[in-house]
Amino acid sequence: MNAIAAVVQRDLRLALRRKSEVLTAVFFFVVVASLFPLAIGPEPDMLRKIAPGILWVGALLASLLSLGRLFAADYQDGTLEQMALSPTPLPLLVAAKVLAHWLLSGLPLALLSPVLALQFDLDGGTMWVLFASLLLGTALLSFLGAVGAALTLGVRGGEVLLSLLILPLYIPALVFGSGAVEAQMVGLGYGAQMSILSAMLLVAAFFGPWACALALRIALE
Amino acid sequence: MLSVADLSCIRGDRTLFRGVSFALEAGQCLHLEGGNGVGKTSLLRIVAGLSPAAQGAVCWHGELLGSPHCQLPAQMLYLGHLLALKDELSAVENLCAGSAIAGNTIEPAQALDALKQLGLAGRTALPVRVLSQGQKRRVALARLLLQQNPLWVLDEPFVALDAAAHALIVRVLHGHLAQGGMVLLTSHQPVDLGAQGRSLRLDA
Repeated sequence: MNAIAAVVQRDLRLALRRKSEVLTAVFFFVVVASLFPLAIGPEPDMLRKIAPGILWVGALLASLLSLGRLFAADYQDGTLEQMALSPTPLPLLVAAKVLAHWLLSGLPLALLSPVLALQFDLDGGTMWVLFASLLLGTALLSFLGAVGAALTLGVRGGEVLLSLLILPLYIPALVFGSGAVEAQMVGLGYGAQMSILSAMLLVAAFFGPWACALALRIALE
Repeated sequence: MLSVADLSCIRGDRTLFRGVSFALEAGQCLHLEGGNGVGKTSLLRIVAGLSPAAQGAVCWHGELLGSPHCQLPAQMLYLGHLLALKDELSAVENLCAGSAIAGNTIEPAQALDALKQLGLAGRTALPVRVLSQGQKRRVALARLLLQQNPLWVLDEPFVALDAAAHALIVRVLHGHLAQGGMVLLTSHQPVDLGAQGRSLRLDA
């Protein structure tokens, strides 16, 4: 347990010392979500209609930005070797790293989303659904993305390969995440989409770290 | 005890070494020697369980490495070429995080004490980024004073160290052996480990 807490604490502390990495993803999300209303013009109906898709795609791409560095630094400085040799199982340490990644790159996006939703003229209820769907969704994206980051570790041009590998896996999260917001807007229940998102998150949180650990051990050989 | 039997390592289409066998009892040290590229680091990584061997077996107290009963990962301290230090963190923060990952949570005061013994007093709060290579190596070696693992696997521990630090680390190794520990190390520098030290030469 101590090792897991130490990994989360260390990653958060590192992020505080080099803030630019966290701020880049947040800034990217804010800019992308703000460009669309400016480009499309003040048509509230149109903006409301495209809001779930735009905000979700923005969050998805923003969380992809920091994914390439999830294991790269630890791999280069040898920390990953020490993690692989730790008596704590590697999948648990990987889960700790993914949790820290979500706290730094997923949670801020979810927290910001209601503010950005104001630009798209969304009402209060829809904002809450957007916030909740992004809260679950970004965690799902972190767990899925970690598998891609582990598989492309140490590969030249890994960042591009990572996007190609992982974006198709993001599609279900995108469909059900933005679907939940749309369902709320048209007055249908959003429960089904949220349940599916939660179910996907549970499966990814269970199998993802385990798959990551296997891929990391191969990268370390 | 650690026993290694008939170990072979193949990298690409080259056989680095073949039929390497040795055993380490409590209180013994084995110094691996050999030129560049003969596979000393590969051998250490196989013993540590980081790379698979092409052939042969590594056993720890009779249990095969990789079997669920094998306690080797919990009882080994591996220090490789990469120091596992984060540039942005201070020496104390690095040691605390590293020890927790290695399954041995320590207090900052303990880390501070170990760093002082290695002559880093006054440098403990600086980010590791600003330390010299030798000082970084000393920070990594401070783990030797903080963890009570019986087997130490050290890959070139003396690189970048000055004569005083070299002598200090040799003393630490002697202390560890005297307490019944085991050391497996590679080094191009001569290391005087007295009666407990043996050396094994790997040839290309």
